[in-house]
Amino acid sequence: MVDTGEFLAKLTEKGFNFYTGVPCSIFKTLIRKLEQEDFKYIANTREDEALGFCTGAQLAGKKPVMVMQNSGLGNSINILSSLDLLYKIPILMLISWRGETKEDAPEHWVMGESMTKLLDSIGVPYFIFDSLGDVDKATTELEETGKPVALIFKKGSLE
Amino acid sequence: MKTQEAVSKIISLLKGDEVVISANGFISRELHDTGDSERNFYMIGSMGMAPSIGAGIALNSKKKVVVLDGDGNVLMNMGALATIGNLKPENFIHIVIDNGVYESTGSQKTVSPTIELENVAKAAGYTTTVKAETIEELESALVSEYTGPVFIRVMVEAGKREVGRVQVSPEEITERMRKYLS
Repeated sequence: MVDTGEFLAKLTEKGFNFYTGVPCSIFKTLIRKLEQEDFKYIANTREDEALGFCTGAQLAGKKPVMVMQNSGLGNSINILSSLDLLYKIPILMLISWRGETKEDAPEHWVMGESMTKLLDSIGVPYFIFDSLGDVDKATTELEETGKPVALIFKKGSLE
Repeated sequence: MKTQEAVSKIISLLKGDEVVISANGFISRELHDTGDSERNFYMIGSMGMAPSIGAGIALNSKKKVVVLDGDGNVLMNMGALATIGNLKPENFIHIVIDNGVYESTGSQKTVSPTIELENVAKAAGYTTTVKAETIEELESALVSEYTGPVFIRVMVEAGKREVGRVQVSPEEITERMRKYLS
């Protein structure tokens, strides 16, 4: 388990400086910090809309991050495929892994099972977050490919 | 007023250092047809996202951002109006070219005739909202230099003309826009 403050310090160290998203309970502490501290976090209405904001910010020279529940990946597929992957816009996507097991609520089962396959099939690289080193890996991938990259968070991986 | 006339009028009134984001379909094609420029970002897919992309730029640049949207597009991502109305980027002009149909897919009807889109934007928090039904009203709204976010709904006739596809590749559009904004 990684401390949320240390995680955000790591993102800052890596140059990330524009934050958007739609909440997930797995990111409760993360979003509270983003809202309360000087991150100018933008609360978007949908995940695809957050990707749109990140796209504009990236064109204007920012290094954007979006936070979302994996259910929102469903809302994001068209924008990833016809905007960010096509136009080569690097965005760090922090995605929670609801429905990793059937112990989670049933509305998360199908996406919990399919998320990594969906990312694989549209060509978004991903890393399962376990330590701050994974931020380094994701950032390197982002910079090398110039495309969106996902960091996936299981329940309890941030405190 | 036709879409072509509306787009030409808008472009003719720009000073030159703006950013123009165009929605997918015939709006991007019409913008491209007025003359290609590095300041243009032609969104060829991702329907609904033009104002979100534009706001992401407006919040991080001093340049004025002009979004050329369509009624079908804005109806698909009305949540963006809420976010933009909340953030209030002053350098943001959202122009919706409203022909009442999804022209690129065969002119199927949109629900825009029964919706006062300009009032939706006003309720969402845009500072100035205008409905322009003539070319003179469009010109008057554009030269007024309102503080953003501004929403201008331009009523145009349905009916497309032959106009070519955008000839610039998506990656090229990205690269030159990054350069233009740096």
